[in-house]
Amino acid sequence: MRTMAPMQRFDLRSWARHGLVTAAFSCAIALALTVTGQGAWDVQLAYSLGIGLVAWLVIDLGRHLLAPGSGWPAGWRGALLVAAGTGAGYVAGTALGDAYSGHSAPLWQREAVPTSLVITVLAGVAISFFFYSRAQARQLQLHMAQAQRDAAEARLKLLEAQLEPHMLFNTLANLRVLVATDPARAQAMLDHLIAYLRATLGGSRSVQHPLADEFERLRDYLELMAVRMGARLAYQLDLPEALRGVAVPPLLLQPLVENAIRHGLEPQVQGGRITVRASTRPGRAGMLLVLEVQDTGAGPAAPAPTSGAPGSHFGLAQVRERLATLHGSDFTLDLIAGSAGGTCVTITFPLQTTP
Amino acid sequence: MSTTAPRALIAEDEPLLAAALRHELAQAWPALQVVASVGDGRTAVREALALRPEVLFFDIRMPGQSGLDAAAELADAWPAGQPFPALVFVTAYDQYAVQAFEAQAVDYLLKPVQAARLARTVARVRQALAGRTAQGGAFEEAMLARLRGVLETLAPVGVSSAGSPLSPGGPSSADGTPPAARLPVIPAGIAGTQGAVVRMVPIEEVLCFEAADKYVRVLTAGEEYLIRTPLRQLLPQLDGEDFWQVHRGTLVRASAIDAVTRDESGRLGLTLHGRPERFVVSRLYAHRFRAM
Repeated sequence: MRTMAPMQRFDLRSWARHGLVTAAFSCAIALALTVTGQGAWDVQLAYSLGIGLVAWLVIDLGRHLLAPGSGWPAGWRGALLVAAGTGAGYVAGTALGDAYSGHSAPLWQREAVPTSLVITVLAGVAISFFFYSRAQARQLQLHMAQAQRDAAEARLKLLEAQLEPHMLFNTLANLRVLVATDPARAQAMLDHLIAYLRATLGGSRSVQHPLADEFERLRDYLELMAVRMGARLAYQLDLPEALRGVAVPPLLLQPLVENAIRHGLEPQVQGGRITVRASTRPGRAGMLLVLEVQDTGAGPAAPAPTSGAPGSHFGLAQVRERLATLHGSDFTLDLIAGSAGGTCVTITFPLQTTP
Repeated sequence: MSTTAPRALIAEDEPLLAAALRHELAQAWPALQVVASVGDGRTAVREALALRPEVLFFDIRMPGQSGLDAAAELADAWPAGQPFPALVFVTAYDQYAVQAFEAQAVDYLLKPVQAARLARTVARVRQALAGRTAQGGAFEEAMLARLRGVLETLAPVGVSSAGSPLSPGGPSSADGTPPAARLPVIPAGIAGTQGAVVRMVPIEEVLCFEAADKYVRVLTAGEEYLIRTPLRQLLPQLDGEDFWQVHRGTLVRASAIDAVTRDESGRLGLTLHGRPERFVVSRLYAHRFRAM
């Protein structure tokens, strides 16, 4: 939970608003008492306002002292504050009313004590509860807005990682060349780019799609990279016929293949080879789907390439998060450094075939 | 105007883009002869040193070594007495680099390369080559200063605009923290100890930091230690007044500099009080010793 900076200060406006509401409420009580024949209106108003405003001052200032910034003191301290404020309001307010009306009998000897005390307690609790729930609602609103901002930020970061400007502009530069020199190839590359953009920008994040589609999207990306990297990139997609219909989250493997390119092959002068493979193996509770992304690149221990590229950790964390959302703890994600260089990332989770 | 046709080297890892730049250059500057087209930074440096072209087009992101690192290495290794080539960086999208190029008025091209922009760059490069012929050393000095400005802006990781931590009188540290007065160096006596003996060397004793393969050599009067912290991570933790960068891989204590001399091939070098060896001064940092 984050601290909310604007609420850290003493909020003069909300404090004054509380005071005005309390004063209005006190006037209403005085009016009701006058109408029901409890006494002269000005005397009722003096008692009512006195009690109300003292209670408000004690509770609102106490609130600020006990829980600066966070609205209300938690638990019993909040209840105690309301009780103390109401009590102080009753004693001090009655004294104020007495001073106004010239009444001089001690508090405990009056006939009207129970009535005014009951009214004070009820009104104090009601107003405090009113303010309390409003503050709670506001806090909740702030938290929700913050959560929405966080979610939007995460989405933006994801999009930035996938639509890396460097990749896009380089792809466009290649396209620009091909348009003039090899229009047929330019068209094929454009088709891959369109499919890649559609998948990346598409709103189908929540639904699953068949593994065959997932591999097609990987092919789009790898084809784009193959035009750019030329002979430096070789790739292979191994998808057994029987697994084509298996449902997987869309673009689950995309960050892993991007990592293999960006952190594996791109830093190497000679390039390398990427293999994406789907298979099954028996697990404790039924068959497991095994997805592997393997490269012959620089390996996970290699220093990060030059500025701009997001780290490989972001991609891995993202895959892990999506798997956790779908499978709880019922999945594995392993990153293994190859003995002859390169990296292999393996994902396993329970196999679920689409009907 | 030089009488022989100018020659160029293109360093670009994407084959189609390299071919395209070559093609566009043939139209924008028919007299320019592209003598080599290479796909990585290290080959670019090697070929540039071998062929000594007048113009270099360096892509920034290349495998092995970036275009910026290649340019720095080339400036260090370029033979004395030979005019340094006109350098044009090429990038698809590198925000910070482009900002630095703009700030230092260093030539660059954005991919996809467009004809109008290329024509303007070609005009500037031709002007530069003509100016180099006319003005000689002073012109080259200015160009190296701009390149140095770019490299110093971009070199310390995370620093994009605050300027060089090592420029005298400039900000000493990127994040506003005061420069470390005493760096807790974790050294190992190099001869045979293999890290078995670690001594805390006070920064006041250090005369020189020198990058060496995977390590940085820390030299004091009469002692030599090794640390694993790369030089570029070390930079922001040092006081730019105390330590001067004289080479891509060398920082020396300014107050310990004894003599600055040229060797028979015209290369600048310096010696330190208390150290027997001679340290090579890169042409990028030779301006510090101009008055001598």
